[in-house]
Amino acid sequence: MVKEGKVRIPSGCAIAAVISKEGERMTGEKIMNAMKPMHDRSNGLGGGFAAYGIYPEYKDLYAFHMFFDSRDTRKKCEAFLKERFEVVKGELIPTRKIPEITDEPIIWRYFVTPLKSVLADLQLDEKEFVARTVMKINTETEGAYVFSSGKNMGTFKAVGFPEDVGRFYRLDEYEGYGWTAHGRYPTNTPGWWGGAHPFTLLDYSVVHNGEISSYDANRRFIEMFGYKCTLQTDTEVITYILDYLVRRQGLTLEEAADVIAAPFWSSIDSKTDEYEKQKLTYLRTVFPSLLVTGPFSVVLGFDGGLMALNDRLKLRSMVVGEKGDRVFIASEEAAIRVMEPDAENVYAPAGGEPVIVKVKEGRY
Amino acid sequence: MYINAEGLEFRAINEAIRASGGDITLAGCSGQRFICAGMSDVCVTIKGVPGNALGAYLNGAEITVDGNAQDAVGDTMNGGSIIVRGNIGDAAGYAMRGGCIFVKGDAGYRAGIHMKAYKEKVPVMVIGGAAGSFLGEYQAGGLIMVLGLGIGGKRVVGDFPCTGMHGGKMILRSDCRDIRFPGQVTVRPASAEDMQEIKKYVAEYCRLFGADEKQVMDSPFTIVTPDSSNPYKRLYAAN
Repeated sequence: MVKEGKVRIPSGCAIAAVISKEGERMTGEKIMNAMKPMHDRSNGLGGGFAAYGIYPEYKDLYAFHMFFDSRDTRKKCEAFLKERFEVVKGELIPTRKIPEITDEPIIWRYFVTPLKSVLADLQLDEKEFVARTVMKINTETEGAYVFSSGKNMGTFKAVGFPEDVGRFYRLDEYEGYGWTAHGRYPTNTPGWWGGAHPFTLLDYSVVHNGEISSYDANRRFIEMFGYKCTLQTDTEVITYILDYLVRRQGLTLEEAADVIAAPFWSSIDSKTDEYEKQKLTYLRTVFPSLLVTGPFSVVLGFDGGLMALNDRLKLRSMVVGEKGDRVFIASEEAAIRVMEPDAENVYAPAGGEPVIVKVKEGRY
Repeated sequence: MYINAEGLEFRAINEAIRASGGDITLAGCSGQRFICAGMSDVCVTIKGVPGNALGAYLNGAEITVDGNAQDAVGDTMNGGSIIVRGNIGDAAGYAMRGGCIFVKGDAGYRAGIHMKAYKEKVPVMVIGGAAGSFLGEYQAGGLIMVLGLGIGGKRVVGDFPCTGMHGGKMILRSDCRDIRFPGQVTVRPASAEDMQEIKKYVAEYCRLFGADEKQVMDSPFTIVTPDSSNPYKRLYAAN
């Protein structure tokens, strides 16, 4: 097939998310159903889910979800992993054969922990080491692709409509406290399994509806810090930007949102709160290359929570609702009503206004 | 006539509406797009959540939504009415050129973007709550009215209203001291004559949604119009 860079494909997308603030675990059924009324926003070229809290029995191990093109690639990759990690478990990810999903690669998952000796040798902290290893596999090992690498979470993605992708991966059999979902209508790149959303790095996952116009400016900046944008897609670069700002620079999620969806200078100038004004000026000045322009609505999933964010002009739709300890987010209200017919406080956050939901400490 | 929309896709829904005609209750909507698109002489009450582009190109039909509606309500509508007893999403009344939209609650971003008017075709959009940013962006004609009812301390409209406005009229139920307008529009308090016009639409809003007319009228109103019929004449070339 012709991959990214060789072909340009025109656009839509649907996103949805649900999270329990009490950390109560839900099966994937709700989020799969939520994608049904938004079916026409996708075109069958990609669907995927991120699920948090699904591997409590291995919660201290990194769960690598991987695609391989052949048994040989898998063997080679396993040998590479064993040089760097203790591989506690490796297995096929269970799938359901359905006519809607075809041409699947070999799909495995590994529960791993970095070898102490290797970490000491490289003088790297654990997360940085895992992130670098993922980058290395994805750029250097032809035919192998790590599409999920966090602890106690996992992404599941494929070429197909999201509701079919969910059935294919048997998501009704998993239970998590937080779920995000994506239906893809590829804009510039072809639909293939690796290119479906969510994009992830460590426990960060991003689902995205939109088409950012700052891709190359963002990519040039972020690649200076060791990130490799292999897929030419804006969602991948957003994932790395958030990892860079939050994990590596130590910004809060609110501050990260003020970097990527920074207010206009005229809006900053009109702020009456002097501290707020200085903070926004500082963030725009220090990270000008990480301003993300063009239409987007994204949901970032992370260990213990999620954040939803629209571009500052709000060129994509996004609706939030809640019921009890559950918070629902979707491109369309209809999707929220499928998850919870009696959802309350349904509203559309303003452009650039992050919606951050965290699970109670100790409950995830 | 009663139509159950559950499990039906939008084509089937519109076919059923056309086949039935007259007064219709459409129940169980869940995001199906283009409901009533281009229709002329039906009267449809919708339950559930209708999808995007509800009443696009509407040509005289009457639609009532019992709850919220999504994006692009009344996209390019030509005539008829859309009444929403909840909130509406973004880009409501996009390029609307006739008929009216009444919303009980809030509107999202870009309501009334590129509304226009021609001779007897003068579209009207009345928003009961608050409107999001870019209200009336590129407005070229028609009337947009925002009442700001029940919005607490929030502003009646978000940022950058009337950006690129070059025709029509906007009426905001507020003194608008906290709102910044672009340079090419005139912002002034409503005159006695304006109040007569305002009263007509407020009365209709109150009749539809049951608000107290006297209370709604008892407030400052602000009128926004473009400075001239062609404020961008010299924007790109000195011709």
